[in-house]
Amino acid sequence: MFGYEFFVDPSRCIGCESCVNACSECETHRGQSMIHLDFIDRRETTATVPFVCMHCDDPTCAQVCPADAIKKTEDGVVQSSLKPRCIACSNCVLACPFGIPKVMVGMEQMMKCDMCYDRTSEGKRPMCATVCPSQALAYVPAERIRSERRERPTNVFHFGNQRVTTKVFMMVPPEQEAVSVDVVDYMWEGEA
Amino acid sequence: VAEPPLSEEALVERFGPHPSYAPPGGWPEQASHPPDKLVKTHCCFCGQQCGIQLKVRDNRVVGFEPWEEFPFNRGMLCPKGVKRYLQNEHPDRLKAPLLRASDGFRAAGWDEALDFTARRLREVQERYGRDAVAIYGGASLTSEKSYLLGKFARVALGTRHIDYNGRLCMVSAGTAYKLALGVDRSPNPWSDIPKAEVVLVTGANVAECAPITTDYLWRMRDAGGKLIVIDPRMTPITRNADLYLPVRPGTDVALLLGILHVVLRDGLEDPDFIGAHTTGFDAVAESAATWDPRRTAELTGVPPESIEKAAHWFGEADRAIALHARGIEHQSKGVENVLSVINLCLATGNIGREGAGCMMITGQGNGQGGREHGQKCDQLPGQRSITDPAAREHVARVWGITPDEIPGPGLSAMEIMEAIHRGEIKALLSICFNPAVSLPDAGYVADALRKLEFFGVVDFFLSETANYADVVLAGSLQEEEEGVVCTAEGRVVHIRQAVTPPDGARNDWTIYCDLARRLGKERFFPYRSPREIFDELREASRGGIADYAGITYEKLDREMGVFWPCPSEDHPGTPRLFEGGHFHHPDGKARFVVTEYRPSGDPVDEAFPTYLTTGRVVSQYLSGTQTRRIGALVDQYPEPRLEIHPRLAATLGIENEDWVTVTTRRSEITLQALVVRTIRPDTVFIPYHWPGARSANRLTHRTLDPRSKIPEFKVSACRLRKAEAPPEWAKEAPRAGASQRAPKRVPLRVVR
Repeated sequence: MFGYEFFVDPSRCIGCESCVNACSECETHRGQSMIHLDFIDRRETTATVPFVCMHCDDPTCAQVCPADAIKKTEDGVVQSSLKPRCIACSNCVLACPFGIPKVMVGMEQMMKCDMCYDRTSEGKRPMCATVCPSQALAYVPAERIRSERRERPTNVFHFGNQRVTTKVFMMVPPEQEAVSVDVVDYMWEGEA
Repeated sequence: VAEPPLSEEALVERFGPHPSYAPPGGWPEQASHPPDKLVKTHCCFCGQQCGIQLKVRDNRVVGFEPWEEFPFNRGMLCPKGVKRYLQNEHPDRLKAPLLRASDGFRAAGWDEALDFTARRLREVQERYGRDAVAIYGGASLTSEKSYLLGKFARVALGTRHIDYNGRLCMVSAGTAYKLALGVDRSPNPWSDIPKAEVVLVTGANVAECAPITTDYLWRMRDAGGKLIVIDPRMTPITRNADLYLPVRPGTDVALLLGILHVVLRDGLEDPDFIGAHTTGFDAVAESAATWDPRRTAELTGVPPESIEKAAHWFGEADRAIALHARGIEHQSKGVENVLSVINLCLATGNIGREGAGCMMITGQGNGQGGREHGQKCDQLPGQRSITDPAAREHVARVWGITPDEIPGPGLSAMEIMEAIHRGEIKALLSICFNPAVSLPDAGYVADALRKLEFFGVVDFFLSETANYADVVLAGSLQEEEEGVVCTAEGRVVHIRQAVTPPDGARNDWTIYCDLARRLGKERFFPYRSPREIFDELREASRGGIADYAGITYEKLDREMGVFWPCPSEDHPGTPRLFEGGHFHHPDGKARFVVTEYRPSGDPVDEAFPTYLTTGRVVSQYLSGTQTRRIGALVDQYPEPRLEIHPRLAATLGIENEDWVTVTTRRSEITLQALVVRTIRPDTVFIPYHWPGARSANRLTHRTLDPRSKIPEFKVSACRLRKAEAPPEWAKEAPRAGASQRAPKRVPLRVVR
């Protein structure tokens, strides 16, 4: 769908798992959802985050794949592993900075969100972004989201020294340029 | 005294709930066989009535597809809507009538079961009088079936006792709106919400109970509006609230009076509107005079400055909306709570305009339509009063009887249980209602069901209630019958029949018509289709408050629903009520009604020092008869958990996932703790969707609102102790869902 982009806004997520359930209805992955829904810290907050694949411009999962099984389409969608090549080694599972790929037990294959390639190629929006009742997942023209929402989209992420740019956008506070995660923030470095 | 024929374990083994995960035929068949057709219809669950397309293959519902053109939800769905299709071919589905037998139930033929039912109803009435039989209905039924049930009770049986599970849902709001405004309907369409400058949400867990409404709230905020949330718990929408008022359970009247106090103290009322369009303002102003922010704060536990801020935001806005639901309505002051909301809107002139009004969030699928056409104990079709001579005359003419033959008002749902205990009601015929799970004080309800001399149930699954029945008639799912429902907006929509009932089950409406024939009343029930029932309903409602006379199935399809009143086929319907300040009382004015704070019917004291409140989770619906049978929804939240604040938990030595015994003046149950900072430390919360030893309603009490007769589910008193061991049921059941546990992954941290 020309001009449409995918936007994730965790601040609008209500944790209903409509996306998770709708994704599991896809006939290609048959009852298995490709979406992760995390409670950040249920003790402290009701906050939840839905994770679809961010579809990196230079996908880490593909970089680390020893079987060259992970391919990106011309329009930037990173696909599930190619079944004949995938050796289910889980390198991609470990390396993805967003924690997206899963190795499907029984199928011996990595599968992940492909942004509903079957639907978008027919002019339909991805299923999760269609059913989401709270605007946490949206597939809309970029100019519309910029004009309608308080938050602004970014597709630049820093994981320590790794800079990742993605096809999918994350909505962030208006004053923020990028989403940064630094392992140091979680490390014990002795008494201060 | 008739014990249920099956133990809880045997019931579960034979009749479920068994979780269903895959579409009929399984996933490989789904992948290789495209559906025959997509049927545009609506969800079977809540009052939002989202548009949805059902995939149908070989007369079976096999999946769903979003319906993006339907204006209310535009393709959006909650997880219940996504998975709803798994019921039509469910292994627990009843496909034959069942008669009570020594070892449980035996399958029977339809003639045998219907003959038996009609004979027992007649015998009870001959022996004890006509009013010894009561009818229960439900607000998930189409309006056609609701209408049919009311007529069946009053014409086929001649009993005055018919009521429905909407008694647990919309009656407080309905009573208050009728008193104050003269009509029982949300005055504004949902499209008004994004146009408000301020939306106050009180007692409404929008994210979990009406998820689609979240989209409307977020759009309101994107347009610059402010969101105020009043709730003892920080429900998911509270994260984005601009102001949060953590009210102490049962003190809502006081909080709303406190807000009104500030509005009036600071001159934020609308004197022109009050003078031109209302009566009774002075008495209400006087009642608010003593509720200064300090006094209000002491009772409600809400800081004075938050009360001031809420009053100023609401009072200073040009357009403000107050949304409310069961949180304020499930109380012995339910009607007064709602009246207090209405008073605030009337005082500030926020009603009858675009983006301004008070709005009830109707809970059940046909929660609005189900109460308009005659299955409520005090109403006749068209939202007419059963005591109004003109209404009786009109409806009697449509029904072909004399007005004298229409019985007077009967008892409400909970009062029917009390009348069974007193021995006044001896037989009950129930559809679309699971009182063993959904009514308060479950032990008392079970004792009542045991006392019945005859109990008949129409249902598609064998509910916990049906286990007490002498006969269970295998009925139909929502997608198996055509009809209409009225949504929370007041929009009548068309439920299309997607498939026929499976062999052995029957359409509900034919079951009641067949019973009427066996009761010798065939000539009053000549229908050949739901459409014929609807056409009669239109006539019965003509000239009433809820006037459907101009609505046809075709008009509903063409216009994506029609808002009532719609008195003629060329009438566009009425999306917004009270425009121009015209209210539905004879003088055209709205009524301010004085409200007062009173303690709950189950007050906290030294022995029971903690408030208990109950409610829903997003993946389950009402008593769970349907949603406890859908695998993915079960996995999302498998068992009820007790939400408790760490401060309270610490004083009791309770840690997350510990087993905790909750005791009230009725009973006790043992559940796992979910220790969270998102609830007041003087309050615990339990969702109510489960039966037996997991039933929150074993704990709740039977105090009713004196006017609406709604039970006080939202305020009980309890005490807590750490349990020595998990309860019996927990030894085999799966542990609470993964999503409720601690996160497995390091969260993204936003660095600015």
